[in-house]
Amino acid sequence: MSSSWKMHPVTQLFLARFREFIRQPEAVFWSYVFPLVMMIALGLAFRSEPMEAISIIVQDGDGTELLAESLRGSKSLIVSIGTELQCRQQLRAGQSELIVVAETNNSEADYRFVFDPTRPGSVHARDVVNDVLQRAAGRKDPVKTTDVAIAEPGSRYIDFLVPGLIGMGLMGGGVWGVGYAIVDMRIRQVLKRFMGTPMKKPHFVAAMMFSRMIFMIPEIIVVLLVSRFLFGVINHGSYLNVMLLIVLGAFEFAGIGLLIASRAKTLEAVSGLMNLAMVPMWIGSGIFFSAKRFPEFVQPVIGLLPLTPVISALRQVMQEGSGIAMILPEIAVIAAWGVLTFAVAIRIFRWE
Amino acid sequence: MSLAIECRQLTKTWPGNPPVEAVRGVDLQVERGTCFGVLGPNGAGKTTTIEICEGLVKATSGDAFVLGKNWATQADEIRQEIGISLQETRLSEKLTVLETLTLFRSFYRSGMNPEEAIAKVSLQEKANARIKALSGGQRQRVAVATALVGNPRLLFLDEPTTGLDPQSRRDLWRIITEFREAGGTVLLTTHYMDEAERLCDKVAIFDRGRILAIDTPQKLISDLGAEHVVVFTVSGESAVVLPDDFGSSLPGVISARIESEHRCLSVREPHIAIPALLTLINERSLRLTSLTTRQATLEDVFVHHAGHRLTDENSGAVR
Repeated sequence: MSSSWKMHPVTQLFLARFREFIRQPEAVFWSYVFPLVMMIALGLAFRSEPMEAISIIVQDGDGTELLAESLRGSKSLIVSIGTELQCRQQLRAGQSELIVVAETNNSEADYRFVFDPTRPGSVHARDVVNDVLQRAAGRKDPVKTTDVAIAEPGSRYIDFLVPGLIGMGLMGGGVWGVGYAIVDMRIRQVLKRFMGTPMKKPHFVAAMMFSRMIFMIPEIIVVLLVSRFLFGVINHGSYLNVMLLIVLGAFEFAGIGLLIASRAKTLEAVSGLMNLAMVPMWIGSGIFFSAKRFPEFVQPVIGLLPLTPVISALRQVMQEGSGIAMILPEIAVIAAWGVLTFAVAIRIFRWE
Repeated sequence: MSLAIECRQLTKTWPGNPPVEAVRGVDLQVERGTCFGVLGPNGAGKTTTIEICEGLVKATSGDAFVLGKNWATQADEIRQEIGISLQETRLSEKLTVLETLTLFRSFYRSGMNPEEAIAKVSLQEKANARIKALSGGQRQRVAVATALVGNPRLLFLDEPTTGLDPQSRRDLWRIITEFREAGGTVLLTTHYMDEAERLCDKVAIFDRGRILAIDTPQKLISDLGAEHVVVFTVSGESAVVLPDDFGSSLPGVISARIESEHRCLSVREPHIAIPALLTLINERSLRLTSLTTRQATLEDVFVHHAGHRLTDENSGAVR
């Protein structure tokens, strides 16, 4: 009977992990519902709509009404009027992008724009207002231009976000799922009890890894389906490549989870270590915004973080339809992390 | 006949500041087909010794052979042939009894059906219940079933009945007895005297990392030279100033000591010692408030050898 696959230790260890997982409703909730909630919330917050109207404020004074009237002629502006104090408050609070002041006493300029040049919205508002005022004053554009509006799926924020969230799910699932489970088993002396049987250590490790890969699949499918039907996020590449990256990513983070948990004796210790490992990747690996925004000199470090290549390769496949040849460098980094962490973890693992 | 377990000059020092000498030179021989008890207070080195034999702890020095094999070179073969129950394992509460045993069965090349192991510990009705829903005694039976499922020739049980109710203890004693009657060898640790006397063919009395005595329970007791214990209490004006060994010089009395509020005399011939005791109490104008006699037990053997009581918490720990 031990020859059949059903009685193979890896199958049985996997089944035990699987049963423990699905019989823990809160664990299922956090791994499957949390990424969805996050995607829906962020997808709604950053949905791409026709250019939103810009809020600006006109400072109360002589000729204010006239100025406000001519600005209200533009559909892309929402214009309010306030005292100098109110203007400052609105600008600070981000309720208005720009303060427009009509100059009076024979100064060089007719209008004064007050704004923060580091705020992209404010810079944009300044250009729009300037344009409206210049045209109202009779400026003729010497060059004729036409606008063509496109909203192509694949280039919106949600298209950028979904691969990031898949990567984040892979990381959280692997590190927490494996790390926490192992320390829990160590505390309950189950690892020590297993050591008293002929169970082979690689069988145990393999089962932990397989269970991680299997648990990941429904999570990813749900994220892909919901993003597809709610936001029209389309995978421009091959699903095979997406799956390959997910399996590799699950393997990589199972290894990291195993390494983090290899010696920890308490849940507090392992939680601290897991957060320590994950925080740099939450910030640096480009889940919510491109990792390219960080200065040049930290880019090599960021590129070697375990999560960065996973997200970067997923984006290349899903957004740009890249083939496997294009993502080989990322695959190499992911595989190296997986192999390295497993090798070190098995060597230093504490079974008691 | 080769031995089931043979330990030669085992020592184990746990690193630390200061290092703890848990085992300090233990020689053990367990014959096949017997039940061997390791007896002693908490911290006496029982668990460390059994875990060295189980291959879970590496001895600092000395040798441990199990079923004629060596841990250094034949670990997997030994593990195929032994079953263990640790002092404190919390099996996964989310799994059922049957799932747990099927998991453990998968680790062994040969063994019994998981259902058979469940029947051995009389948990058929709970086979599909999750561990979470079981009582402490039932959980302990599952733990023993995980040790039996690989059809071992040698069973290690570390304090199998600690903290269990009397019925659960008797259930486990029955399981252990059946295993031994079927030809298996058992090494168990306990700090219950009655358990050792009832189950074990031989016991080793441990204290502070050493073996104080090894023999059959009957022999250990008869070697005391005093197979009876007279337990009494006295009151009266001079009762408080009586020496601890009050009564030790009476005829037929081997030794005297105080155990909590009682005074105990180890006695060879109660029919001589008791009248002499009553006379002495009268002479001192004391009042006898209680008097009972009992058979000497392994507890008395332990006190005789160790000089302190078995149940004194931590008294055996090496510090």
